[in-house]
Amino acid sequence: MIEEFKKIKELNLITDNKIFYSAVFSKEHLIKIFNELKDNESLNFNQLIDITAIDYPSKEKRFELVYILLSMKQNRRIILKTHLDENDNIDSLTEIFEASNWYERECYDLFGIKFNNHPDLRRIMTDYNFEGFPLRKDFPLTGHTEVRYDDVEKKVVYEPVKLTQEYRDFDYTSPWEGMSKGIDDHNEQE
Amino acid sequence: MKEIEVNTTTINFGPQHPAAHGVLRLVVELDGEVVERAEPHIGLLHRGTEKLIEYKTYLQAVPYFDRLDYVSPMCQEHAFALATEKLLGIEVPLRAQYIRVIFAEITRLLNHLLNIPAYAADIGAVTPFLWCFEEREKLLQFHEAVSGARFHAAYFRPGGVHQDMPEGMEEKLGKHFETLPKFIDDLESLLTNNRILRQRSVDIGVISKDEAIEWGCTGPVLRSAGVPWDLRRSQPYDAYDKVEFEIAVGKKGDCFDRYLVRIEEMRQSISIIQQCLKQIKSGEISVIDNKITPPKRSEMKHSMESLIHHFKLFTEGYRVPEGETYNAVEAPKGEFGVFVVSDGSSKPYRCKIRAPGFAHLQTLDFLSQGHLMADIAAILGSLDIVFGEIDR
Repeated sequence: MIEEFKKIKELNLITDNKIFYSAVFSKEHLIKIFNELKDNESLNFNQLIDITAIDYPSKEKRFELVYILLSMKQNRRIILKTHLDENDNIDSLTEIFEASNWYERECYDLFGIKFNNHPDLRRIMTDYNFEGFPLRKDFPLTGHTEVRYDDVEKKVVYEPVKLTQEYRDFDYTSPWEGMSKGIDDHNEQE
Repeated sequence: MKEIEVNTTTINFGPQHPAAHGVLRLVVELDGEVVERAEPHIGLLHRGTEKLIEYKTYLQAVPYFDRLDYVSPMCQEHAFALATEKLLGIEVPLRAQYIRVIFAEITRLLNHLLNIPAYAADIGAVTPFLWCFEEREKLLQFHEAVSGARFHAAYFRPGGVHQDMPEGMEEKLGKHFETLPKFIDDLESLLTNNRILRQRSVDIGVISKDEAIEWGCTGPVLRSAGVPWDLRRSQPYDAYDKVEFEIAVGKKGDCFDRYLVRIEEMRQSISIIQQCLKQIKSGEISVIDNKITPPKRSEMKHSMESLIHHFKLFTEGYRVPEGETYNAVEAPKGEFGVFVVSDGSSKPYRCKIRAPGFAHLQTLDFLSQGHLMADIAAILGSLDIVFGEIDR
């Protein structure tokens, strides 16, 4: 089956780890690749399982956008990736897979990735009028605002986060053999 | 210029409404009593689980999975445990695999025993709710016996299960699942041929095969549309390849088919549990590697090394080799997947949770178009919506 993928020229670094295939593409070819994957009889990746992103702030292109597809006919999955800069846009998949509507809204809400031609690109998970993109690595775990009910104003008010106790962050950097090394040592002793 | 009169009413359904199955806010546009558009507003239960997991070790992340879809906790732990095990490159002992399958199926029963009567209650039947809650309570006792908790079990851990089943448990399970099929027959006698249930659910919320695949539907919703797709069969994990079961498939993909598929799945679950009980043998319940699973308490009393292992596992946790994986299980609601990225430290760099309900709720708009307002409650109930997993 890997031969079939190689026929699609826009896919790079195609690998197969027995659980799923993975490949990388550049964002301009998105529509073409997905049309091919969906319509090609010998591939038939007909279900879009999920769209998500990973944030690597230190990399040149910050976001890795991940598409997970399933082919029921082949009983295989493929994970496709593309790299995006903070200000990059990417085409929406909604014309090929209806399901991508909410998945893309979620990516926009939590990472701030913008999708071109999306019918309804609004926030989905976070509160109305929320600011910031929570799953970016530079967004603090505690968030920026907290809410409480104000007895005078008779409504819920937003305030900057006040921590009554210091956030607990332990330092575990003491020398401890990692798992893979540990197993080898263990086996050698036996 | 021609004037067009728009004569629709907009109604706000929820977020506090008994038929909304949690905190769903639905903006419904109605023409008379006919639904023209139904737009779900979700996120009212968003707790940032994915963000929190990035700050916790792999073991500390397990309890978060109980709290996603809180009516089928163990199936979700299962997905996370399998994903972590894949990254660690470890194989779970056979007994642990069987225990996991047994409890994953008990969880499926628990889920369907809540969904079916809740659906029936939405469209007018009260008795099944009381009946099923009694049965659920009996099953929850098994949860409690192995993990100490009725719901938030944290029982499936990367590397196996937390502890072995207590003595005599296998016989108790065997005895209980001999009587349960009778209960399902009784439940069916209340519902399946009930005139009101049929009137309210046949031909309501129809989804075709192609639409179901297109919209990312999985689990009973996909199977009710006539697609025989079940991850337990097509991509078996743990001991599912050692048991035999039938896949329940519907014909029309309406609310009634989804109900029937769930009823049949319960019978299959009982059969799977009975087969597992026949095949299960004594043995280890987790990998014997103290770099991943904690040592026994008795060992800690006299072995310095065990004490160190225990301390390190519950402070720093184990380090997981760099890599990423996607792992899905057939949860009661559909394909529940976990996409984990490890950077080689003891905390996941990214953990994306794929919730089946998220895709299902998205279909609500087109499922309810042209139906009456009251049918929205029926469609919602039949999709098996739980907000813990949708909002995450």
